[in-house]
Amino acid sequence: MSTLPILQINNVQLGYKQGRGFKTVVDDFSMQVPAGEIACLLGPSGCGKTTVLRAIAGFEAVYAGRILLEDQVLSEPERMVEPEHRRIGMMFQDYALFPHLTVEQNIGFGLRKATPQQRKQRVEELLALVRLSDLRERYPHELSGGQQQRVALIRSLAPAPRLLLLDEAFSNLDTEIRQKLVVEVRSILKQSGISAILVTHNLEEAQAIADHIGTMKDGQLCAWQRRSQADIAA
Amino acid sequence: MTVPVQAALSSTHRWPPSQWVAACLALCVLAPVLVLAALAFSGEFGHWRNLLQHVLPVSVSNTALLLLGVGVLTALIGGGSAWLTSAYLFPTRKLVTWGLLLPLAVPTYIMAFAYLDVLHPLGPVQTLVRDLLGYSSARQFRLPDLRSMPGAIMLLGLVLYPYVYLSVRVMFMTQAASLLEAARTLGCSRREAFWRIVVPLARPAMAVGLSLVLLETLNDIGASEFLGIQTMTISIYTTWITRSNLQGAAQIAILMLAVVTFLIFMERYARRRQRYAITQRMHPIQPVQLRGLPALVAMLLGWFPIVTGFIIPFWFLVNESFKRLSSLQAISAELLKATWNTLSVSLTATVVTLTFGLVIAWSARYARSGTARLLARCSSLGYAIPGTVLATGLLIPYSWLDRIISSVMNTLAGIPPQLFIMGSAAGIVCAYTLRFMAISVGSVESGLARIPPSLEQASRSLGHSAFQSFVRVHFPLLRPALGAAALLIFVDAMKELSATLLLRPLNFETLSTWLYAEAARGTYDEGAIAALIIVFAGLIPVILLARTQLKANY
Repeated sequence: MSTLPILQINNVQLGYKQGRGFKTVVDDFSMQVPAGEIACLLGPSGCGKTTVLRAIAGFEAVYAGRILLEDQVLSEPERMVEPEHRRIGMMFQDYALFPHLTVEQNIGFGLRKATPQQRKQRVEELLALVRLSDLRERYPHELSGGQQQRVALIRSLAPAPRLLLLDEAFSNLDTEIRQKLVVEVRSILKQSGISAILVTHNLEEAQAIADHIGTMKDGQLCAWQRRSQADIAA
Repeated sequence: MTVPVQAALSSTHRWPPSQWVAACLALCVLAPVLVLAALAFSGEFGHWRNLLQHVLPVSVSNTALLLLGVGVLTALIGGGSAWLTSAYLFPTRKLVTWGLLLPLAVPTYIMAFAYLDVLHPLGPVQTLVRDLLGYSSARQFRLPDLRSMPGAIMLLGLVLYPYVYLSVRVMFMTQAASLLEAARTLGCSRREAFWRIVVPLARPAMAVGLSLVLLETLNDIGASEFLGIQTMTISIYTTWITRSNLQGAAQIAILMLAVVTFLIFMERYARRRQRYAITQRMHPIQPVQLRGLPALVAMLLGWFPIVTGFIIPFWFLVNESFKRLSSLQAISAELLKATWNTLSVSLTATVVTLTFGLVIAWSARYARSGTARLLARCSSLGYAIPGTVLATGLLIPYSWLDRIISSVMNTLAGIPPQLFIMGSAAGIVCAYTLRFMAISVGSVESGLARIPPSLEQASRSLGHSAFQSFVRVHFPLLRPALGAAALLIFVDAMKELSATLLLRPLNFETLSTWLYAEAARGTYDEGAIAALIIVFAGLIPVILLARTQLKANY
């Protein structure tokens, strides 16, 4: 089911200014993600994979090349679309749940144009999807790690993003819960047809969730593997 | 010969000696409060009525207004500058970031002392304004008088805002970044994210900073006195000093303690919520680069509190001291004596406070029961009791002690009766110890918390007793924390005015009381030199604080 790419990254250079010089973190990086599929960037810490993810989200500027989503230019040198106008969801390593809001308010946070009725309905749907309907009144600190993770996932899905980014989203969990959640997240993403990019240093996690695995080293993409349905099920 | 096993087993029910020390100290802190309560409610009802009719309406409403005004002003300056320096890049931001802490070195009474002269109708600022506008005499043009409620609010706000700035800024540096980014990916603009995320998140840290600001405001005696604001603190002082009515003073003091209790509850409540707001990965907010006019405005906003809260009073003191020194050629013997008094009293208080703090924090750590922890909390309460209230409560216990010591000394050594505590600096040292114990206990506790229990267990399993383990393992590891605490206590003791004024023996002056006396007389002789010494001492911990607290910025 090879479709048109939803995301295209063409020859991008990322880095930061250091004094008067420039420190390159990622150089001449290109990749494509077909619509509806899940890609994974795999690599050791410090290889630049999170920087790529943050550039797609709009938190890092590109110094060369461009990033396109559905043929819209998101980033190119000296020009970028603000993160809030990209319609790209992101799940953070530490979940970044707002500590002063309840589960329900956290999930509803991104549903800005909805009426209270619509918002309530959407939140209910999403809570039912991850079987957490009883916890809607709780605050984030009253949830277990796995529950926080699920809330963070559905919060990022609530505004129906065009693309979901997952930054080491499973690395804070126990192995057992992690395996269960990875499978669950994959099925939710596939059901809703949302394309996603996961960043991780864990090979098993990558194999359990991704249709494509890109291996990164020192700011370069050194391998790109397309995996069959059979590989993922195994 | 082997030691019987029975002897090596110590009873778990008996209190260890360190806990007895902690209990005594907690009692010492509570004693003045209990004495005040007993005094306040012992008198006839008529006293209360008199108080309610004549003294309280003015001083309570003044105090309330002052607290409200200073609270709002410090929240605006402190919170605003914390956000400005965390979220935006503008020229000189690094300098502004740590410069904003400098007003911490200027005690409120020195601020008032300096500004009364700087903004005097014949002083440099008003003269300059008149020259610029082409007026020739002070009759034609003068700025609104500083000796007013708005003046007092402004001066106190400008030196106290760093408490809010510090606590809010730390929160921004450690927690806000990923939450802000999450809000952006959910469709919030920068402005919206500020109102929906930053403001509610900053609230607990803001409350913690504000409670410190308001406790300092309550504690202030010098600035309100110089500026002619009749606050509750001033009422206590005058009720006792000029009317010798200790009971009346105690009654006002008890009311002030009620305000203090409310402030502490506010702080505790705020911290309770703050505890949950920890995220695992910390990275600072990515600041936005400002250019052109916005950058200029940001720079001016950032520098305003530094210039008005530190540079102007500091420049004034340096200038005045220089003038004074070049005309006198020497410092007077009285000022040298006051300096010596200040240093020796502060140093003694530092040593005593640190020693007790070590014992209390140590006993709280290894106690199985909650008693020791409760005692540690109690003995730390002194920081919240305004100096004037503490001193008023100590007057009676001191005179009892003096009577006991006198009779003992008289019978045993034949020494004629005299005031051993009230007549010497011992009374001041005790008051400082009670007031600053929180710094000592707090830093030792947080220092101990960073030492893993496995280190003590290793030491014990290698044959060291608890005390030996402390000397060989914990003490060396605690040294940086102890050093920092010592510095803070020393400087706070040097600055202390409100308790010192009431408890000092006759003809015993410290730098702060020297300055107070001069400003009260309206003579400006060597006060600036005394003030400058205090500010210089105060700068040392501020610079160290700037280095440690703000290092994680860039």
